[in-house]
Amino acid sequence: MRRIYLDANATTQVLPEVLEAMLPFYTQRFGNASSIHQPGQQARAAVEHARASVATLLHCRAAEVVFTSGGTESDNLALFGALQPASEIARGDHLITSAVEHHAILNAAEELERRGVELTVLRPDRAGIISPESLRSAMRQNTRLVSIMLANNETGVIQPIKELAAIAHEGGALFHSDAVQAAGKFEIDAKDLGVDLLSISGHKMYAPQGTGALYVRRGLHLRPLLYGGSHERQRRAGTENLPGIVGLGRAAELAQEYLRAGGPQQLARLRDRLEAGILSGVPQTEINGEGADRVVNTTNLYFAHLEAEALVIALDLKGIAVSGGSACQSGATDPSHVLLAMGLSPERSRASIRFSLSRTTTEDEIDAVLATIPEVVSRLRALSPAWKSAVAV
Amino acid sequence: MSQQETIAVAMSGGVDSSTVAAMLCAEGHTVIGLTLQLWNQRRLSGHEGMPEAVQGRCCSIDDVYDARRVAEQIGIPYYVVNQEARFERDVVQPFVREYLHGRTPIPCTLCNNHLKFDQLLLTARSIGAERIATGHYARNEYDPVRDRWILKRPADKAKDQTYFLFGLTQEQLSRTLFPLGHMTKPEVRELAEGYSLALAKKPDSQEICFIPGGDYKLFMEAYLEEQEQPLPDTSGELVTSTGEVVGSHEGVHHFTVGQRKGIQQRLNGHQPNPFYVLQINPDSHRVTVGTEDELLTRAMRVGDLNWISIASLGEPMRVQAKIRHRHEPAWATLQKVSDDEAEAIFDEPQRAVTPGQAAVFYQDDEVVGGGWIR
Repeated sequence: MRRIYLDANATTQVLPEVLEAMLPFYTQRFGNASSIHQPGQQARAAVEHARASVATLLHCRAAEVVFTSGGTESDNLALFGALQPASEIARGDHLITSAVEHHAILNAAEELERRGVELTVLRPDRAGIISPESLRSAMRQNTRLVSIMLANNETGVIQPIKELAAIAHEGGALFHSDAVQAAGKFEIDAKDLGVDLLSISGHKMYAPQGTGALYVRRGLHLRPLLYGGSHERQRRAGTENLPGIVGLGRAAELAQEYLRAGGPQQLARLRDRLEAGILSGVPQTEINGEGADRVVNTTNLYFAHLEAEALVIALDLKGIAVSGGSACQSGATDPSHVLLAMGLSPERSRASIRFSLSRTTTEDEIDAVLATIPEVVSRLRALSPAWKSAVAV
Repeated sequence: MSQQETIAVAMSGGVDSSTVAAMLCAEGHTVIGLTLQLWNQRRLSGHEGMPEAVQGRCCSIDDVYDARRVAEQIGIPYYVVNQEARFERDVVQPFVREYLHGRTPIPCTLCNNHLKFDQLLLTARSIGAERIATGHYARNEYDPVRDRWILKRPADKAKDQTYFLFGLTQEQLSRTLFPLGHMTKPEVRELAEGYSLALAKKPDSQEICFIPGGDYKLFMEAYLEEQEQPLPDTSGELVTSTGEVVGSHEGVHHFTVGQRKGIQQRLNGHQPNPFYVLQINPDSHRVTVGTEDELLTRAMRVGDLNWISIASLGEPMRVQAKIRHRHEPAWATLQKVSDDEAEAIFDEPQRAVTPGQAAVFYQDDEVVGGGWIR
């Protein structure tokens, strides 16, 4: 069966160029970047080359890039690191985040709250946007950190980070942004955005799983999560994941080329084509996050009167990989907390699915998806009691 | 089953349903494995006394892994379908409510009626499988003479699960396969080993799947606390059948008809004979106790009826009635009270007819139908 992968926001394939760059570092060019000898020096050079590549992608200095094991670690390092500057947990410090964040932020924030940090969770408007006004009114004297994502994983909605960061700074707080779903999809200029901390993940940008980085503005002191050697300027102990870091560096270079070459504009055409095709070809469908600025590869669509879970399975059986809601431990689907936070009903949340295109998605694939979806949706709706009663009215 | 078709198998992660999936696959059908995610075992684990998720229950994450491993081994697509909300509404809440009303519920039957043969079948059909197969020990077949789908007891009488399946509609029966109906459990285990299924020796699950440890009273307390609902005060008196107050109790949900345990210690004074629960009054919260002889009942009313081998009950009918899972069906005459209620008069008085349990009527191996004891 032909497989069409439209779940790039879950993970992406490792691009052949990335794999090619990584392979020598498993076998011939292995070495511990901390070693004094030649193999060690080679490894160090490779790590620093990758750091420079990531820095180029984020428009920051190489020294501001800390390699981590992925987006979750980057997010945790940002939150715990910034809120524990002293020797004990910062009781009474205030953290502001939003209800549409990834669980790597939400659950870390809740843990901080259990440890004595005051927590405010901002709600977005119906389009999924966190308004600067809502942040301004949530700011307090003791607000120490604000963490708002750059782009949402489920809807693709892009937040007004520049404005939000400025408000945080006015109030004397630091600003972190989870940019996992933004990196490589549009230009990110850490300095211009005005963020102090920014997370990225390798496997959302065609590098391997288990790689990531945190941008840490120069001069900002972070308390580490892990204790050990003095790696990563004492911000992240542990021998560097050499092949992974090389892969992330190469992926950052490829992302930069892709952005320069107008890749996002092309992808936007495909996404828009998919979106328009479904909206016109399938009755009672709507975009979630409509009206907001959205990442060009993502569309989250509501199909009235059906169960997204069944639609995802039915499409998978036809070779089309998409997602609906967030996967829980068993692999079942929970209704999306992001859509619920946007004020959409639980019914709508359970009837919405996400298509996230990748750089390798082709026009042909989009056509095939558009040819399949109406038939699959009709079948589901024909069996749906809610659809039957809606049609009868 | 000679023709190849797409069949969804309800996989619990146990031996029976895993073997069904492997069998149907071997027969050349296109098989899709589905598991219902019904309850989050860790949800109430914070409550004092509630155990963490226990291994080897349905609803537990280990069972999902087991099912997934089997699906991988036999090479079929496999999905977990989240029905937690529906399960809570249609099974867990009625379960709690029934106990608080002095009745003794059967969650497995509710789950079959509302989840396994309703939602799961709907999901199966939505994804292209017109029929589902389960690992239940039961048989079903179409009888052209009566133009009805008939549910029958399985070859392995010790594993008979028809008692829990009386609520199946004709439509559901027509879309369900019970491939284990003609096999015995040892044969199923042997077959599982033949297919090299790693879990061929996995023990059978016994308890109610969402109550790890089996303490339903503790579960009710934990659930109501989580729902921020107080456990209603249903404390009251223990009385004899003549109305004499002989003791007191702290809530009707501690009792089930026929129960002996826990009565003696709640009595005011010593009684010469052991007492059993005869009746629970949900309004006065009075629990009537008495001797074993008083537990015997000759007649019972049964409501919310579902007929399988007959379209409806007309003339009085001779049946064998089964009034609890481990009950040996007893001869009775069944007669109509209304469209939704029937009365069964037993030939021999039966012990502990329990409101909330199901009564299922048989003629030989066929399930005539059943309902809920009022």
